[in-house]
Amino acid sequence: MGLSVEVEDARSGKIIANVDRLQSHATIADVKARIAEKHSKYYVERQSLRLEAKGKALKDSEQLQNLGIDGKLYFKDLGPQIGWGTVFVAEYAGPLFIYLLFYLRPEIVYGAGAGDKPMEPVVKYAAACHSFHYAKRILETIFVHRFSNSTMPIRNLFKNCTYYWGFAAFMAYFINHPLYTAPCVQQTKFALIAFLICEFGNFSIHILLKNLRPPGTRDRKIPMPDANPMTLLYNFVSCPNYTYEVGAWLSFGIMTQCLAVMIFMICGFGQMTVWAQGKHRRYKSEFKAYPRRRTAIIPYIL
Amino acid sequence: MTGLHRAYLLLYNVILAAGWASIGWAAVREYNHSGHVKHLFRATEKSLFIFQTAALLEVFNAAVGFVKSSTQNSWGYVLILAAWTVTEVIRYTYYAFNQLNMTPFILTYLRYTLFIVLYPMGVTGELICITKALPVVHSSKLYSWGLPNTWNLSFDYYYVLIGIIPLYVIYFPQLYSHMFRQRKKVLSPRSVDKESKNR
Repeated sequence: MGLSVEVEDARSGKIIANVDRLQSHATIADVKARIAEKHSKYYVERQSLRLEAKGKALKDSEQLQNLGIDGKLYFKDLGPQIGWGTVFVAEYAGPLFIYLLFYLRPEIVYGAGAGDKPMEPVVKYAAACHSFHYAKRILETIFVHRFSNSTMPIRNLFKNCTYYWGFAAFMAYFINHPLYTAPCVQQTKFALIAFLICEFGNFSIHILLKNLRPPGTRDRKIPMPDANPMTLLYNFVSCPNYTYEVGAWLSFGIMTQCLAVMIFMICGFGQMTVWAQGKHRRYKSEFKAYPRRRTAIIPYIL
Repeated sequence: MTGLHRAYLLLYNVILAAGWASIGWAAVREYNHSGHVKHLFRATEKSLFIFQTAALLEVFNAAVGFVKSSTQNSWGYVLILAAWTVTEVIRYTYYAFNQLNMTPFILTYLRYTLFIVLYPMGVTGELICITKALPVVHSSKLYSWGLPNTWNLSFDYYYVLIGIIPLYVIYFPQLYSHMFRQRKKVLSPRSVDKESKNR
């Protein structure tokens, strides 16, 4: 006989599909596939199905028979979607090119003769560090990170690119300016080393997180320090990758003594704190044995 | 909400309503007296300075307040004054009555209807003032700091103002339609009935 489900649009109240002849172990993913067959505009990634009109989105893997539904699901259109990987590469490639434009072709930005003065060493280090940071991010997106969702709303692409590209131009403008004033050499050297340590720390955490769930398994584990000493920060915070990221930009700002960088660092710190606190809360509610000494992003403080 | 808190809110809203009314009255009186809009600024600037509230007001006040003649003599300033005084008097009176739980329907109606004219009027006035202020800000380098300096950051108020102008244009449709949606929600027959039943 097979299961059947009536799908109602949560916003308009109209029935958009009556999916029948579903197998007994059919999942949400199967229902979505059938809806996409009927309405080609609503590809699977664009659909959110819930038990109630304003309820939480159901996972694709959920089986209908376990949900206890009365033959009815609610549908919401998430809008045009774009792949996460695509978004990340776009938002990180921009800063790479934009900063190098200011560094390599200053006459385009500041006018003729801008490139005539001899360049302070710190300006070269800054270009190398900034480029390294975003090249690392692009490579991590392609080879290291594993995303749980495959897509995000396309509106995010515009918002994220404005943020990253805008701030890259903002910082690059002042550091590569003909009237840029370099700080003392000791400050530059110390901060450069701190920057590299933080970049390595951030990378170490990304590798640890990738190894946390072996491919093909559905393990859910508390992240713990591994053989890499940089991961010892896990003894103090839930999201040491964010801690290292803030440290990297703070170091970059001290190295260049540029307030524009500090402003960028503060904005990033704010957003990452919100994410870290959310993750920290989720960890605590999911794992009874979650280490109580840990805070979200700054040891003992935040 | 404690009694003290309520009393404070009531007092605050009554004072602000009175303040904005006084600005409006001073403006009308000055116009009647001189027949010009030229002196409006001088007559209203002190009270205006005290009673500004919204962050948006900071922008036009900074553009207008410390910049000489051209913005103060302009029709842009008149539009801003008219739009803001009427809106704010109604808004704060409305809040004051809400504190006492005795808001007359006519007040609610005005609050959610006059914006249809006043909001575009205010935005136009602010854009005129900003545009008129631009050349003066540029030549006087108002609120601007340049390179070189030890923090390697510069700020140019002239370009900030130029950047703000398109934001007004971009966000106007969204905000305007939001107000229409609010109007529909508040003034619809269902919620009006609920309001009268509560009394």
